[in-house]
Amino acid sequence: MAEKQYTLAILVNNHSGVLMRVVGLFSRRGYNIDSLSVGITENPSISRITIVVTGDRAVVEQIKKQVEKLVDVIKVYEMTRHGSVQRELVLVKVRTTEQTRTSVVELAEIFKAKVLDVTPSTISLQLTGGLDKIGSFLELMNPYGIVEMSRTGITALERGSRSLCDIDYEDPGAVGERADQ
Amino acid sequence: MELTGAQIIIECLKEQGVTTVFGFPGGSVLPLYDALYANRDSIRHILTAHEQGAAHAADGYARSTGSVGVCIATSGPGATNLVTGLATAYMDSVPVVALTGNVPLSLLGRDSFQEVDITGITMPITKHNYIVKDIADLANTVREAFYIAKEGRPGPVLIDLPKDMQIGKCEYMPEKPWPIEPKASRLREASLRQAVELLRNATKPMFYVGGGVIRSHAAQDFRNFLELVDAPAAASLMGLGAVSSSSDRFTGMLGMHGTKVSNMSVSMCDLLIVVGARFSDRVVSKSSAFARNAKIIHIDVDPAEIDKNITSCCHVVGDVKVVLQRLSKMIGEPMKHEQWMDQIRQWKQRYPIRVTEESRRPREIIRTLQKVLPKDAFIVTEVGQHQMWAAQYFKHEVPGHFLTSGGLGTMGYGTGASIGAQFGNPSKRVVNIAGDGSFRMNCNELATLARYQLPVVIVLMNNHCLGMVRQWQTLFYDKHYSETTLDTPLDWIKLAEAYGVHGMRLTVDDDPAVVLKAALDLGQPVVVECEIPIDDKVYPMVAPGAPIEDMLGVVEADV
Repeated sequence: MAEKQYTLAILVNNHSGVLMRVVGLFSRRGYNIDSLSVGITENPSISRITIVVTGDRAVVEQIKKQVEKLVDVIKVYEMTRHGSVQRELVLVKVRTTEQTRTSVVELAEIFKAKVLDVTPSTISLQLTGGLDKIGSFLELMNPYGIVEMSRTGITALERGSRSLCDIDYEDPGAVGERADQ
Repeated sequence: MELTGAQIIIECLKEQGVTTVFGFPGGSVLPLYDALYANRDSIRHILTAHEQGAAHAADGYARSTGSVGVCIATSGPGATNLVTGLATAYMDSVPVVALTGNVPLSLLGRDSFQEVDITGITMPITKHNYIVKDIADLANTVREAFYIAKEGRPGPVLIDLPKDMQIGKCEYMPEKPWPIEPKASRLREASLRQAVELLRNATKPMFYVGGGVIRSHAAQDFRNFLELVDAPAAASLMGLGAVSSSSDRFTGMLGMHGTKVSNMSVSMCDLLIVVGARFSDRVVSKSSAFARNAKIIHIDVDPAEIDKNITSCCHVVGDVKVVLQRLSKMIGEPMKHEQWMDQIRQWKQRYPIRVTEESRRPREIIRTLQKVLPKDAFIVTEVGQHQMWAAQYFKHEVPGHFLTSGGLGTMGYGTGASIGAQFGNPSKRVVNIAGDGSFRMNCNELATLARYQLPVVIVLMNNHCLGMVRQWQTLFYDKHYSETTLDTPLDWIKLAEAYGVHGMRLTVDDDPAVVLKAALDLGQPVVVECEIPIDDKVYPMVAPGAPIEDMLGVVEADV
């Protein structure tokens, strides 16, 4: 089966150590995490972890089921490319000279990146977007020289009006389980 | 009423009906041990020689009674000594609750004396674990721990208790244990129907049964189901006893040291029904060749087991007892597979469970042991050749009476586990079939056997080597016996006697019946050292990476 990137949204109890349980499970079962972000939700007792992982379909199904087994995990939901909005924020410090500054700013404008800070030798930019957009932007910045970069990791919401909390956890259709489909 | 944390723990244990706990005291559990002292009439604390022994004892207690086993250890080294025992219980889905002390909250994270992050350490080997940081959470944490240990697929749960959580006071209100229903929330009508359809269309259905049937107390349902479907069954190591070994339908163990008949039947059948088993690599061997002519129905309580190692064509997720009962109702009329059953009978005649010269003596000892033991005795093992011989040659009739470390393969499991089994079943006989390599790992628990005068019989198969490893070295490593010869002048009889345990010797010339009978009749702890040849082997066996029906050391009958 072909390897692909999958995005999982995981709702967990907001306890200390829960992130470690989830991440530890990925590492000990040999699943590679491409991107990870975590934060609290509209309900302060629940945190939301968004993980992007590469694997084939069978591996991702196995990951979902193993994560679901953790006692502190409330829900695992797979965010599809079309059914969800996925964004990441990146802060990047690019090397500039008098000659190159204008072209860097022009590229930033095309990508709707924000200029945060300018020094005689660098410019700091903020860019939001999906993995593809960020990837192309960074590729364009590379020749100028990236001094430093910090990324938040992908975070995602499902399109449409419902909330993950409304999805019946035990309903296989809703959790995207292949069971009985 | 207001109680100290330690008292609350004791009250919560009582709520759960706990009468026996296994442990070893220390600085960080002093308050808990003080509460145990005050409650010694209602909860019996069994002092083991080592915390690992306590963990195995809790495991043996749980496996043999079906109730949650409880073990207690102090912080730091006490807690880390539980690790192997918890991992053993985790791999074999055994409900255990471990209580560990820790340094007071104010000292946590400062590398204090005997401080260790036991929740971090045990995260991958427990079903769940806790560190209590607010005494108001204490009672519900204990209740939840018991619930999680038992619910669905059972497993060990650890609660780390900083010392001030045991000393501080809090309001306590008694509660009944939270009810546990057999898990069926993911059971789907459609998958049940699909399973019935597959069963109806099969001409050569074969069952592969695992420990799930034992854990969910579904052996009787399984046996009935076998009759209904009219099919044979093979068992994983953990599934032994689910079907009576003397049943016509039972083909023996499956996998690496399984029977030729089981392995052939699984490879030849057109439908494999897997009940409460997880396709361990010891069963499957070469996964691309496993059950290659069959469609597979996988029945298990744990959805994560579905398609983990082997992809099934139909899966039914739910407690196996519930699933089997539902399927039986849907099937209704008994099925008939006469031709297939005839074929199985022929194979059983052609490939009887017969021994090569290289396991004659161990077989004789185990067969004799069975003869002199009551039917409802518990057989505990360590890990290695003796374990496989016990699995192969003992006739497992009663479900849940064969206690062995299947998943983790923990040498040193047996003595602790037999202590737990004996405390859980004071009127039954408990025998630990051991090897000299395994037994020496935790023979310190002889002190526990002596202290409580438990009538456990340890049948110590002494081949003066690590037999299973040696067997592999013989077969696959050019007889390079690297560090597997245990030729120290250890006198097991004297060792036993030093601990205050009887020691008996069964030499190659002795009649096993006489010696084993005498050992059992003592009614006291006893080590029976049985000399066996150093080059005895476990056969048949599947060479690593081979399809399971390609077996070495198969004996064919002349028919």
